[in-house]
Amino acid sequence: MPPDATVNGTTPAVTADPRGRGAASLEFAGVIAGYGGGDVLKGVSFRVPEGGITCVVGPNGAGKSTLLACVSGILRPRAGDIRFRGESLVGLTPRQILARGVVQVPQNHSVFPQMTVLENVESGGFIVRDRTEVRRRLQAIQESFPVVTERARSKAGSLSGGQQRLVEFARCLMLDPALVVLDEPSMGLDPRTRRMVFAAVRRMHEQGRTILLVEQNAKAGLRLSTDGVVLENGRVRLVGSGREVLEHPEIGALYLGGAVAPAGAGGAG
Amino acid sequence: MLPRAAGLGLLLLGLGALPLVLSNPTYTSIAIFTLIYMTAATSWNTFAGYSGYIPLGHVVFFGSGAYTLAVAAQDWHLVGGYGMFLLIPLAGLVAGLLALPFGLVALRTRRHTFVVITIAIMFIFQLLAFNLGVTNGSSGIQIPTPLWPAATFNDPFYYITLGILILAVATSWFVRRSRFGLQLLAIRDDEDRARGLGVRTGRVKLTAFVISAIPVGMVGAMYAYFIGQIFPQFAFDPLFDVSVALMVFFGGLGTVAGPLLGAVVLEPLQQYLTLQFSIGDLYLIIYGVVFLAVILLMPRGVVPSTRDWLRARRTGRPDAPEVEGDTDRAAEVAAHTGSPT
Repeated sequence: MPPDATVNGTTPAVTADPRGRGAASLEFAGVIAGYGGGDVLKGVSFRVPEGGITCVVGPNGAGKSTLLACVSGILRPRAGDIRFRGESLVGLTPRQILARGVVQVPQNHSVFPQMTVLENVESGGFIVRDRTEVRRRLQAIQESFPVVTERARSKAGSLSGGQQRLVEFARCLMLDPALVVLDEPSMGLDPRTRRMVFAAVRRMHEQGRTILLVEQNAKAGLRLSTDGVVLENGRVRLVGSGREVLEHPEIGALYLGGAVAPAGAGGAG
Repeated sequence: MLPRAAGLGLLLLGLGALPLVLSNPTYTSIAIFTLIYMTAATSWNTFAGYSGYIPLGHVVFFGSGAYTLAVAAQDWHLVGGYGMFLLIPLAGLVAGLLALPFGLVALRTRRHTFVVITIAIMFIFQLLAFNLGVTNGSSGIQIPTPLWPAATFNDPFYYITLGILILAVATSWFVRRSRFGLQLLAIRDDEDRARGLGVRTGRVKLTAFVISAIPVGMVGAMYAYFIGQIFPQFAFDPLFDVSVALMVFFGGLGTVAGPLLGAVVLEPLQQYLTLQFSIGDLYLIIYGVVFLAVILLMPRGVVPSTRDWLRARRTGRPDAPEVEGDTDRAAEVAAHTGSPT
């Protein structure tokens, strides 16, 4: 077992980051949440370090998407707390959470298909009142995402899956978020498009944003990430650096298809 | 941009000169009814076309506008003349105020349920109009007729209705180009996602609903004043919304020009058929045929289909994907950001 990884059969306590890195951007503390009568998350606690890319992996039904629903305010936890930069997000509306700089890009393609690419990106800034600031951000986004300029007047529904993902990323950046939450960003994409999408994730990270992503393609997601969290049956099974989780023999056998390629031995995807 | 502005100027000039060219009262009457339906279709589209919610109860606002003018004229013992036109903004206000509780109830539901709820509310209002003392029940209300010369009798009605139409079109155009309009379009495409982006969906939908009700109430009042009498079966006619919806679908749902085109084609056709064959409901058969033709041949409506066809011819690309207003919006953003579009 790698020395810094923390395997927990139950719920790990929220303590200082085990690798002694910077302050937590997002902190889950004993989060219990679910739909209807059952709990999907059964006391989840971990930290998302500021300025990192944290990838949450786990089998189907582990509670990954439920976790993100709690972050974005769509689902209210039954117990526990979620703190963003020290402030609790529990009980806030999705709009209030957006206003705090936490933006989620959902799992399924979520562009507005009948609206143009430009309108889709603009729609990301609905809650920004300052029009000058909206235009400034739009200009910066157009520089980062050429597809927004090249296909500005095209209906977003006419774009390829990868292009739609990029438009979703561009849209979420209209709020200049501090924390970007990505739900399965590579789902349904071919390897080449996935690399393009992951490159865009890296760019967002390089711009100083904290990224929390849930990824079904665990290998690719963990290679991309600075930190990894393994969820299993609604509980945190392992917390460590992306590399540690990727190289952990037990986790590798369980979730990563057994043999794991050495980290850094190629691009994500 | 200049050709569009010039075209708009020419159109306004033509509409302004129409009563001078067609002085026959039969034609100007048809023109007034057409303007009334152009306004109603434009306003209906301002809500339905941009939000994706299809209401079939806008006749409530038409009827309440009509009754506002009729009841006010009756109770305040007004005489026919230009002063009566001052009641038209009041009719718009009443329609807008009624749209608040109507919308609060109906907009709690979505899509198909919303359509059914609006129909149900429409019938409640029709029933009230038949049974309330203030509406004089099925006997209706006579409205004072102005003592204007027969040759130019229709002209004031025509020009004031034209003014209301310009107001409705300008509102539709501004809504389409505004951030508020963008929020409506987002709701149309994916309401939950729009909420996830911070759109206060309930508030936005209700605001659009009220905005769309006001001009409909105003032309309802104009209709009542022009006809000179009002009865519940005409003021709250369920076929009003069917006609308006068909006009919008014919021209192009969610476009500014589509509802205008739909009303210009279908309303004179209805008037002509009624006058020519003296069969009041013949137009319904024609409407049915037109509706089928539109669904089969141009499901998006004449304006979007024609625009795409022209663009495809010009660019040689068959997949011209733009929607109305995009060109201007893109150019505007490009001008602000300095980026090419």
